[in-house]
Amino acid sequence: MAEVILQAKHLGISFGGLKAVDDFNIEIRAGELMGLIGPNGAGKTTVFNLLTGVYTPTEGAFFLCGEKMNGKKTYQVVQAGIARTFQNIRLFKSMTVIENVMVAYGMSMKYKMPGALFRSRTYWREEAEYREKAMELLKIFGLEDKADFVADNLPYGQQRKLEIARALATGMKLLLLDEPAAGMNPTETADLLRCINVIREQFGIAILLIEHDMSLVMKICERIVVIDYGVTIATGLPEEIASNQRVITAYLGADEEEEGA
Amino acid sequence: MTVKVPKEKGKAIILNLIGVLILFLILVILNESGALSSYVSGVLMVCGIAIIMASSLNITVGYLGQIALGGCGFMAIGAYTAALITKAMEAGNILVGAGVPNTLRFLIGTIAGGILAAIFGILVGIPALRLRGDYLAIITLGFGEIIRVIIQNLKFAGGKGFSEGQAGQALVGINRLADIYVVFWIVVISVALLYTFIRSRYGRAIIAIRDDDIAAGASGLNTTFYKVLAFTVSAFFAGIAGGIFAHYIGSLNAATFGWLKSTEYVIMVVFGGMGSLTGSILAAIVLSALPELLRSFSEYRMLAYSVALVLVMIFKPTGLLGTYEFSLYRVLNRIFHEKKAGKKQEVK
Repeated sequence: MAEVILQAKHLGISFGGLKAVDDFNIEIRAGELMGLIGPNGAGKTTVFNLLTGVYTPTEGAFFLCGEKMNGKKTYQVVQAGIARTFQNIRLFKSMTVIENVMVAYGMSMKYKMPGALFRSRTYWREEAEYREKAMELLKIFGLEDKADFVADNLPYGQQRKLEIARALATGMKLLLLDEPAAGMNPTETADLLRCINVIREQFGIAILLIEHDMSLVMKICERIVVIDYGVTIATGLPEEIASNQRVITAYLGADEEEEGA
Repeated sequence: MTVKVPKEKGKAIILNLIGVLILFLILVILNESGALSSYVSGVLMVCGIAIIMASSLNITVGYLGQIALGGCGFMAIGAYTAALITKAMEAGNILVGAGVPNTLRFLIGTIAGGILAAIFGILVGIPALRLRGDYLAIITLGFGEIIRVIIQNLKFAGGKGFSEGQAGQALVGINRLADIYVVFWIVVISVALLYTFIRSRYGRAIIAIRDDDIAAGASGLNTTFYKVLAFTVSAFFAGIAGGIFAHYIGSLNAATFGWLKSTEYVIMVVFGGMGSLTGSILAAIVLSALPELLRSFSEYRMLAYSVALVLVMIFKPTGLLGTYEFSLYRVLNRIFHEKKAGKKQEVK
């Protein structure tokens, strides 16, 4: 079996008396695409914030390739290999498309301050090298001809794709996608699906995906975790989840009244 | 593997160098022919100081997007450090004499001033940059004033000592070592370094943090580090500007470095365009020279100055140039290519 990329053990966080996420367990292996679903307010994004160091877990721990990640700051977690996209798109709006990607490549570049100020050989080589890499990345998403556009001027669907491209440029092992298909029309969703498949093939990374579009989730996820009120209520294959009574109850509510009637 | 500078960039660098040399030549001709009165060269000196102040402040205010009002505190640190160092060197007869150019002392003092200002930039930046927006503006204003008041009371800087509790005299007897040619090159080098800084991965990181600091963190950037870095770079060059100021005026009074003066430089940044170095240079020249040009209408000159500001804010709220950068290469390229295209059409 493939190497375990992410492992979370009894991960939890409480804000005051409220347990936003409780006893969250997950194991994602290399190349795997895991879905994370649940009704609104179930704590899905909170899980993402825990896994990226935005919040520090009050209980439990999580490991990336065996390395403990608790208490690390966001940028340290990202440098270790967990990258994410956001539910509400967060791009560097005033920068061009290619610069957005280049920002994320910044941590791979080796030239230091003197090299930057006096434009050393390393500066020119790395700037050219990473610009080319960024261009290749944009090609996957069909954004290569938009490279010099200001990011804010891109249509919505392409902004989503650019955010994924930027996350990929961090050179991560695990990619967290927070509702990548939100607000997209069916054509854009289909295109996004193609992109996700391409990056899985090319980069061989593990992906954890939050999504409300159930047809998308059922189509591409290999395993699914369902949470409700911060508690994991089911884990398993898509077919198992689709027929799981607790999941149906969580989404549609219990039909006590009908039973009583 | 040999790395070549991209052809276009190489051409642009050479063009800029030629442009700067031409400017320098004009300065030399004017100065040597005596066309440059001491008044005009004084105005040029003030312009030079303002250019360094405004363009370095643009790193924090424009590119990082954080209003910092303490710029003159760092300028004061640079000015006093530089002045005290050159005075000490002269008193101790170090690097003084026939064989040694005066400029050397001036440069050593000024660079030391810049470095000390940068160190204070780090010290102030670490706590201050936890805040943002209005709060940061207020705290930097406070730090600027603290620095000024402390300097005012330092005995070796012309003050009476802290026990006296009152402002001291000015620090006098600084040799006026600031030579206009040397200052010209300091300005050119400062602006060039600021430009290469902002066009590197460091600059990109700083702009990214302005646009969205959460996304910047999620792209692997240590946002605190880059914020403090931007602040420190601004402080360093403010220190350099202070060093020039000290050796141009010849005496220092801490009261000069108050928050009003800091605000003036922030105005230059906003006026020229937050995020445009050429804008800062333009605004620094215009806003330093404008009060001088308007001297004949002495009563109305502050009025005219304010009207100019109000008009810019109404018609161009992003500042004169916005985020546009002037490029000699691009301009010449356009003129040249248009001519070429024109000729081709004629042939047809």
